[in-house]
Amino acid sequence: MALADFIFPLLPPLAGGALIGTAAAILLYCNGRIAGISGIVRGLLPPRGADSWSRLVFLCGLIAGAGLYQAWSGQSPLPREHFPPLLLALAGVLVGTGTALAKGCTSGHGVCGLARFSLRSLISVALFLGTAMVTTYVVRHLWNIA
Amino acid sequence: MEHRLMAYASQLLSGLIFGLGLALAGMTSPQKVLAFLDVTGDWDPSLLLVLGAAVAVSAATFHWILKAERPLFEQRFHISKARKPDAPLAVGSIIFGIGWGISGYCPGPAIALLTTPANPETLIFLGGLGLGVLLDLLCTVTGKNTDACSS
Repeated sequence: MALADFIFPLLPPLAGGALIGTAAAILLYCNGRIAGISGIVRGLLPPRGADSWSRLVFLCGLIAGAGLYQAWSGQSPLPREHFPPLLLALAGVLVGTGTALAKGCTSGHGVCGLARFSLRSLISVALFLGTAMVTTYVVRHLWNIA
Repeated sequence: MEHRLMAYASQLLSGLIFGLGLALAGMTSPQKVLAFLDVTGDWDPSLLLVLGAAVAVSAATFHWILKAERPLFEQRFHISKARKPDAPLAVGSIIFGIGWGISGYCPGPAIALLTTPANPETLIFLGGLGLGVLLDLLCTVTGKNTDACSS
């Protein structure tokens, strides 16, 4: 039973990842667009990307998909308690500005960019992944927050 | 007319599967994401598997999809022509990385937060995200950014 104990926890991440990749493939095949969430959100604001309605439909689908999983599985992520609100808000600003500047995020550069062997995406992923790890170390282990 | 409806249908389907995948993978939980980013702590490699599986599927499929002249329901592919890495890419990635490393949220899971509006983090983080995007908008319209959003 040791093998099962090892394999079973790997299945949801693998399956979930495969679904994300599939979603990206569908969007590219049917609509010719990159499934980059930061780009989809950014394009809702000026200078507007094409078709705000399509973007909203996609995002509603995302929310519905996540919500459906939570309803079916009965699992919902446990909300964190006491994460410093100002720090969380600042993090939001950084994610919003950073992804807009970089023109991509984990889905845009990570899932889609790497699939196209994009040098821009490779660099972006290396930078945001590395920076995130250093940041988490600092916040958790040096500053002892959350 | 028919293509337009189908184009919306595929957007919806793609979003649904994306959201489903995020939730199944556990990526809607910032604690789980941080457990991956926390390399010196009790390390959870899950995110690596998520990304690995996602890229495996996308890399295999994109190759074939992009051979077509156009996508199924739209006139042309809408992919950024940018090729060369530049300063905004590097700086932006670092800034994004800091925000992600603090919170455990990247844009996808942040949008998924809207499934739990009662969670105080939903308003706080998405408020910050909106502000951050607005900042980029302001830079764009005041001419500080020279390239417009391409997607």
